[in-house]
Amino acid sequence: MSIFDIIGPVMVGPSSSHTAGAAKIGFTSRQLLREEIGSAQIFLHGSFLATGKGHGTDKALIAGLLGMKPDDERIPDSLRIADEQGMKYSFSGIELRNVHPNTVMLKLTGVNGRELEVVASSIGGGAIKICQIDGLEANICANYPTLIVHNIDQPGHVSEVTSMLGHKSVNIATMQLYRDKRGGNAVMVIECDQEVPLEAIDWLKKLEGVVKVTYLSLEENNEF
Amino acid sequence: MSFRSLNEIIQICTLEDRSFWEVILEEDISDRGTTREESLSRMQSLYLSMKHADATYEADLKSASKLVGGDGAKITAALEKGILISGPFIGEVMSKALKMGESNACMKKIVAAPTAGSCGVIPAILLTYEEQYHISIDKMLEALYVASGIGEVIAYRAFLSGAAGGCQAEIGSASAMAAGALAYLNGGDADSIIHAAAMSLKNLLGLVCDPVAGLVEVPCVKRNVVGAVNAISCADMAIAGIRSKIPPDEVIDAMRNIGEAMHKSLRETGEGGLAATPTGQEIALIIRE
Repeated sequence: MSIFDIIGPVMVGPSSSHTAGAAKIGFTSRQLLREEIGSAQIFLHGSFLATGKGHGTDKALIAGLLGMKPDDERIPDSLRIADEQGMKYSFSGIELRNVHPNTVMLKLTGVNGRELEVVASSIGGGAIKICQIDGLEANICANYPTLIVHNIDQPGHVSEVTSMLGHKSVNIATMQLYRDKRGGNAVMVIECDQEVPLEAIDWLKKLEGVVKVTYLSLEENNEF
Repeated sequence: MSFRSLNEIIQICTLEDRSFWEVILEEDISDRGTTREESLSRMQSLYLSMKHADATYEADLKSASKLVGGDGAKITAALEKGILISGPFIGEVMSKALKMGESNACMKKIVAAPTAGSCGVIPAILLTYEEQYHISIDKMLEALYVASGIGEVIAYRAFLSGAAGGCQAEIGSASAMAAGALAYLNGGDADSIIHAAAMSLKNLLGLVCDPVAGLVEVPCVKRNVVGAVNAISCADMAIAGIRSKIPPDEVIDAMRNIGEAMHKSLRETGEGGLAATPTGQEIALIIRE
């Protein structure tokens, strides 16, 4: 924790967890989809569902999905802006198991048809955790460029990915591996100290046994 | 790695003959692998954001629930009429604390310090001090480093969120941070800084988080006033040479223990305390509909 987690962030109120964290979840999910959002189905859990409305959680999530950051003063008007831009959205309640009280599930479809399902929690002070991507476990704080590789659980994929990162001079900050069963679906979540070049990500996508590659870039003004 | 105790900071101040704020700044530089210039300019942008939020307060705004708005302007008006006992410094601090809390509730841009719910305490003290004592911005930034150093230790030893430790963790921590900063601005040494913080936190120990309808509105906005005014009295006590009988780090540990013992209904769930009063429940019902 740095002193700028103590004083800061600069944010639109009223709640760091219900508003700033919600905006960051929306923004991060949009970065993960890497496409403008055409439609979003939003499922609120727990405290997000119970007190979200009074905290502007709905407006903050939509704002984030539109590409606004937690300090964007247009957050209070985000629903109107979404209507103007033709982004469709719906809100409903959901009961998720074993998650933080401030959790949301997002089912997103991009304007070019790309799809993504994200489960994310706002864990306090504006910090977030992406818990699931497309139904598979993840554990992402969204403070680092993050590479998420879904692959078939078979030997060699971890070394392919890590060798590529080494070759591109990208240092790995943290790395997590999950799978649903032996030989089933596996996922690698790699938080990096540097941005991963986009051509390297395209190369990964073509590898045999790699099902899907998702990349969270922290670069500003990311045009998709 | 952040400091684990206020005592550790004091030891470094003494051993290396450095000011409290400098120790915090240098730790930030080494912790984040950054430069002095970057750290200072980042702190300055936070301070300017606080200033901007104060200057752009809108008296006619109401929060989504319509419970909150316009009170900061009432204090300003009463101050201008000269009918308040508080006097110009405390009166202005009260007005600024209310205004920031109200702006937060009305979805305006604020600086969480340490949280959004407690965002009025530190700027109320610092901005008023700068205005009325004509202090250089450099000195104000130094005060912010003092405040954040205190907050960092509280975050390590206890917590800063109402959900974790009740209002004492939010307004109490903000008040401790502001008291230390004000003691510094008023010429206090490192020992005065940490005792101002300790006395300030002590006075708010046990304060529960009981927001009506779960919103950061009632009683949060007015508690910013209490946090700020408490900080002034504790900074003054420290400057006068008064010390906390319980050592500052032990006070923080007590805050943690109290927070852990606090019933869940009193930790931001909107189920206990003021939220559970007949009027509180009635308001919650209206908002839900």
